[in-house]
Amino acid sequence: MNILIIGGGIAAQSLAEALRERDTDATITMVCEEPRLPWDRVSLSHLLIDGQVDELQLRPESWYEDHDVTVITGHKVVFLDTTHNTARLDDDTVISYDQCALATGSDALMPPIPGIDQKGVVAFRSPEDCTTIQAVADAGRPAAVIGGGLLGLEAARGIAARGAPVTVVHLMDRLMERQLDANAAALLAPAMVELDVNVLLNKSTETILGNDEGQVTGLKFTDGEILNADLVVVAIGIKSRTDLAKSAGLDVGRGIKVDDRLQTSAPNVFAVGECAEHRGMVYGIVAPIHDQTQICADAILGAPEAFYEGSILSAKLKIMGVDLVSIGSAEGSGATVEDRDARTYRKLIVENGKLTGAVLMGDTKGYELLLDRVKQGALVEDALDLLAEASKASAADLPDTAQVCNCNGVCKGDIVKAIQEHDLGSTAEVVARTRAGAGCGTCKPLVKEILLDVRGGKVDENTYLCACRKQTREEVAAVIREQGLDSVTAVAEACGTGRECGGCNPALAYLVSEINENQHREERHARYINDRVHGNIQKDGTFSVVPRMKGGVTTADELRRIADAADEFNIETIKVTGGQRIDLLGVKKEDLPAIWEKLDMPSGMAYAKSVRTVKTCVGTEHCRFGLGPSMQTGIELEGMLEGLHTPAKVKLGVTGCPRNCAEAYIKDIGLVAIEGGWEVYVGGAGGTVVRKGDLLATVADKDEAIRVSLIFLQHYRETADYKERTYDYMERFSLEEIQAVVFDEEEGPALLERFHLAQAAAIRDPWLERRKPVVANQFSELDTDAPVFGMAPMAGDESDDGMVVGPPPGAAQPAGVSASSDRFAITYNTPSEQA
Amino acid sequence: MTIPTAITDAATDLASDGWVRVASIHDLPLLEGRRTTIDGHKVAVFKLTDGLAAIDAVCPHKAGPLQDGLVADNCVTCPLHDRRIDLATGQMIGYEGAVHVHEVLQQGDDVWVRLSTAPLASTAVDADAELIAPGDAMSDPNSSVPDTL
Repeated sequence: MNILIIGGGIAAQSLAEALRERDTDATITMVCEEPRLPWDRVSLSHLLIDGQVDELQLRPESWYEDHDVTVITGHKVVFLDTTHNTARLDDDTVISYDQCALATGSDALMPPIPGIDQKGVVAFRSPEDCTTIQAVADAGRPAAVIGGGLLGLEAARGIAARGAPVTVVHLMDRLMERQLDANAAALLAPAMVELDVNVLLNKSTETILGNDEGQVTGLKFTDGEILNADLVVVAIGIKSRTDLAKSAGLDVGRGIKVDDRLQTSAPNVFAVGECAEHRGMVYGIVAPIHDQTQICADAILGAPEAFYEGSILSAKLKIMGVDLVSIGSAEGSGATVEDRDARTYRKLIVENGKLTGAVLMGDTKGYELLLDRVKQGALVEDALDLLAEASKASAADLPDTAQVCNCNGVCKGDIVKAIQEHDLGSTAEVVARTRAGAGCGTCKPLVKEILLDVRGGKVDENTYLCACRKQTREEVAAVIREQGLDSVTAVAEACGTGRECGGCNPALAYLVSEINENQHREERHARYINDRVHGNIQKDGTFSVVPRMKGGVTTADELRRIADAADEFNIETIKVTGGQRIDLLGVKKEDLPAIWEKLDMPSGMAYAKSVRTVKTCVGTEHCRFGLGPSMQTGIELEGMLEGLHTPAKVKLGVTGCPRNCAEAYIKDIGLVAIEGGWEVYVGGAGGTVVRKGDLLATVADKDEAIRVSLIFLQHYRETADYKERTYDYMERFSLEEIQAVVFDEEEGPALLERFHLAQAAAIRDPWLERRKPVVANQFSELDTDAPVFGMAPMAGDESDDGMVVGPPPGAAQPAGVSASSDRFAITYNTPSEQA
Repeated sequence: MTIPTAITDAATDLASDGWVRVASIHDLPLLEGRRTTIDGHKVAVFKLTDGLAAIDAVCPHKAGPLQDGLVADNCVTCPLHDRRIDLATGQMIGYEGAVHVHEVLQQGDDVWVRLSTAPLASTAVDADAELIAPGDAMSDPNSSVPDTL
């Protein structure tokens, strides 16, 4: 059979795939008007924020070869002859077919407002539109978006994310009125304002204003008000593209009319997607398209029982920080149940005992379960129970029919089957095989959950940065970058990360510091006690003190001070560590500042997720077999890394010859001197797991070895999950992948530069907080008192940096100084006492 | 706003009513705990975003110092083995065991604590304790803050 698909969007691609799955022999030809292979228009908002159009390509070029699908790009069908079953292209090529499907999609609806033809008025429909929008937004010039629906809001958010002032102008009295009820819309508007998107409701544009050069300058509304704008994005809806169908004599209403077999009024001609009108409906969202293409493929191939009866509408707003989905009808005559507070709103609509719709705002847990119930028209006995069940739904509870990925129409059953049949072991494999999560990506966490459920694997909490909110490091990092967030509190406010159990706060604190290159706002309450007081807490609540001893090399003077400190503070145990330094155990919290003062050595950071030690052997300086100056190299390396935090602890070694006395082969980063150069190993381990490091590079001299180490370390700092040691990291990626980045001509030097920026802003010796604590009373309890050395900090000393600083112990407070609330406002002019 | 004599009078009342002044509110950093000792009992006091909390400072699991834990969602996570304890009920989450929840209030700048000596619930470490629900005086830290001074 010879099948022609006219169109090159999601519908055309989806139909081609559905046909090929069912029939391996049919000849399939696609004619795409756009000069590119089918791409994911649903993800246009990602493209606006940051991305390349080729990243949105639905399938790689090889897919079309592998599946024997012929694609003609950059050409248009200009005439369809339904009598002779032929199509003529704009270059006069004639293609004949047995069956033809129209998937010509839609154009943006551009209303006949005076001035709409001017420069600077665009739709939000194509990559070219994105380029225009980006240019104006990047210049920080004001923009207006006409239309407060899904697409308009996504466009506005994209513009705001690029730093330009933007206003959404909406005709109705609430946003997304087709998907949301008034309550949800009332929560959405302020959420958009928080994302720097202004919202104007009840505004009808009378004229689009412009200057003499035909460049847009603003909007004039029917109430006479004027809004200045150098860019106007029109996103009020779509208009089916029906010209070809009309010229071929097909029945056309708002779209190309199709019956329940998705067949048009002409024999052997079908239509799917946004160009088709079925039972009076033209669907402008992605999920129904997949419903249609599955049935259309059956009908084209002659299956007798293929009937399409319409789709349940469901929509998900793809704006990070605003969780919003709507399913089916948002308002109905039947019973509704609601569960709401300041930021969340969850509502079910039940009509005649059946679930017909849901609105979930702020908390979208259980979305897939509810969507499935609406699709099945499930009977609901107790809607409140169902809402509670949905809140707790895990991947295991979902029925196989539940649609997980709406972008690509993938159900849980498809995913389970793919995992079992192809023995898939990673989320990336599942995404590649099933396409679930390959669109907007919001369902990826669920895909992973299903994978873990099917494989019976333990849930690896590390892979979610915030397990409660199911947010990955990548997702949170994107929000931090996009919104320029600089503190844990700011991230929690923006997307709820860490709000629930708080277990991820230390991970978040690291991420915020890493992305801001250590110029973040430090919040000690988000750190583990180890990082608040710079010691490793022991089982009795005391702390260990390990001063830095670079390369494991010390002096008689340092040893004398250590001995004196041990005497003065009655140190119970003095232990030489595996990292070649000295550990003083059993120090009380309130004694920490005093013992540091006595030692007068920098912190070894033996308590933090940070660069720990560089272990060395004596090397060429003394050893008969030494091939390289390992001590000197180790000291130099440790000096460059001092104070730097990392996703998990990083231990290094530099050994002067392959005899490996400094155990460099089993370090996170290990340098090994060889005849005529150095080897750099990464990902070694000598703990629970024993793993020899991977040979990252063999280089000519120590400077190059250090340079490669720093680039690798920075790449690890930027891409590893919190608590993910280098040996797990190297297993997750491959050595080849890491090498490709480290040795990339552009990325390598860029990583090195970011390393130096981060290192320059890092605090090299946290023990200096004995003189200037970040938080007053950091080392005291209410029933103990720790001394402060040198100059004591004053209240508000660091407030410009946003550090959390209170007054020093016993400081008099000026009357009426207000802390966080009125309850804390009453103060008086007498020194406070210690209890 | 009030005058110091009023505070003194109120403080006298509190002291005679079993309350102990443990700190100035300024000695408590937001969301970090600090330990105090009352009649030999170690008590961890926390300044939360919406009030104060005071519980036994000793984790029922392995006696970890609870004042050094991470605070979120009205729970503190013990720094030794990550056991979570509800600051309002004193219950360990997901495990048997509980700590005392003590009454706490702020008057002017002063933070006052009154020890709870009620026996812990049956899940507590004290096997002899009777089945009594933990004191709920602390379920809303705001409720114990006097609104006139």
